[in-house]
Amino acid sequence: MARRLATYLALLLIAICFLLPFTWLLIASVQPASGLSAELTGEFSLVNFSEVLTPETVFRPMLNSLVISGGTAIVTALVATFAAYPLSRYRSRFGRGFLLVILFATGLPITAVMVPVYAMYSRFNLVDSVWATVAFMTASALPFAIWMMKNFMDGVPLNLEEAAWTDGAGWFQSLHRIVLPLMIPGLTVVFIFTFVLQWGNFFVPFILLLSPEKQPASVTIYTFFSQYGQVAYGQLAAFSILYTVPVILLYSAVSKALGGAFSLTGAVKG
Amino acid sequence: MTATTPTLPPAVRGSTSVPRRDRGRILRHLVPLLPALLLLTVFFAGPMLWSVYTAFTNSALSGTGAVEFIGLANFERLLNDPSFWHSILLTLVFVVGSAVIGQNTLGLLIALLMRGRNRATRTAVTGLVLAAWAVPETVAGFCWYAFLYRTGTLNELLQPLGMSQNWLYTAPMVAVIFANVWRGTAFSMLVYDAALSEVPPDLLEAAAIDGASRWQKLRHVTLPLIRRSIVTNLMLITLQTLAAFGLIFVMTGGGPGTASQTTPLYMYEQAFKFYELGYGTAMALVLLAVGGIFSAIYLRLIRWED
Repeated sequence: MARRLATYLALLLIAICFLLPFTWLLIASVQPASGLSAELTGEFSLVNFSEVLTPETVFRPMLNSLVISGGTAIVTALVATFAAYPLSRYRSRFGRGFLLVILFATGLPITAVMVPVYAMYSRFNLVDSVWATVAFMTASALPFAIWMMKNFMDGVPLNLEEAAWTDGAGWFQSLHRIVLPLMIPGLTVVFIFTFVLQWGNFFVPFILLLSPEKQPASVTIYTFFSQYGQVAYGQLAAFSILYTVPVILLYSAVSKALGGAFSLTGAVKG
Repeated sequence: MTATTPTLPPAVRGSTSVPRRDRGRILRHLVPLLPALLLLTVFFAGPMLWSVYTAFTNSALSGTGAVEFIGLANFERLLNDPSFWHSILLTLVFVVGSAVIGQNTLGLLIALLMRGRNRATRTAVTGLVLAAWAVPETVAGFCWYAFLYRTGTLNELLQPLGMSQNWLYTAPMVAVIFANVWRGTAFSMLVYDAALSEVPPDLLEAAAIDGASRWQKLRHVTLPLIRRSIVTNLMLITLQTLAAFGLIFVMTGGGPGTASQTTPLYMYEQAFKFYELGYGTAMALVLLAVGGIFSAIYLRLIRWED
């Protein structure tokens, strides 16, 4: 009994520790003239939200985020699906080597890749280009997306396709007609995972996109924080919440549909 | 993972000749891979190869002035740069403190404590830990900045004890380590939760009947059974933590002074603030090499698991 109580107390303590850093965010956003502490003043107002809900502060950066992360997620899911098909279906020495390289690449620190990428982009005038940023984000998301996709595809039984192969169907037809309809959950996971990761990606757009009107929310929210030094912490909290909500919604959507982040680690472990 | 990989049926149509069949095979293998190969070569491998070249030049960001080939000078400078070694030391402290010790231990502890708890408890605790993981890096940085600031929440709580201070100045490394433990523990928790669910309960019961204490059961039954998950987890979180940038950048900017300037932040400063692209690239290559070594070890580990 005492042991059970100790366990629950420990869990409660852990929960409180994980909750505490969030308190400022939640409280400051709905109190006018908030500072940096989570002090309750008893005043409730949505003025911070209405202050930041303008085209320059929230709408345009969020739209940019949507275009950049959405574009990256769509291209990544599509390209990863194609690439996963031969890797999952045919066994060849090349495929195995490719898979090893892919897996190796998932471990490389993207932060370190950014310096050479910037050097190359400035050489070819690609800095401050949205499509070029999406192209790099796609390339950096691909190794893990292909790996996840291949694992999901391995779970689709082969016997359905064998019939199609005997009927003379090519890889595209088998993939499109037979494998893909059975892979909607896997495809959704890869899409949402890539989207969420790029929505929160700070360093890549911070380096590659210079014009404020092209930058996604992850970057403008930092500019908002560092430029307005001593004012508007309530607004910063409100902006942070607006920027975070889509991610939380997508995560819970995936958890509902697939048993959650637990299936994600399943994909990680192969 | 390879056990279920099917082999290609020998022939799609009986009458095709051998060379044609081979060509078809190559097409089927290669065509779907082409878009991925193209993107990865141009935007991922390309810049890295380019960086090997840049690291041997005195290239600067402004682009004016001729780029000269200076051989190993950037690397020599790296070896003799005390700021670089300082940043390596801080990176090591950051990785060991926040990932190897912090996230790994706390993740295992939470997973252990949650075994056999009711649904409501599990949902509440997992929900909070996962929320810290799900929020974007910048927002996590703001939360911790506000939490630790001179007039922030933690100091409000500590005021009665007379311990309030500006933690971001007095203990910047401790601050960013705690923030990163908070942010990253979810991953280890998920890995260990999955691993613990595969430990056969009868082994633990047998140990209990033999009079093993809770600690002994953990030490002699559970840990040896999940050791592969432990090693895999350690590799993955090390790789994730090694190049952490945004969280530290938002919270302390590497400061005060260079007190929390880990190698990624030093690299950023050199390459993008001081416009020393060649020198920054040399540092990037060192980071890539360290990441590459860990990644290769990880690969060996999971192949050994098959």
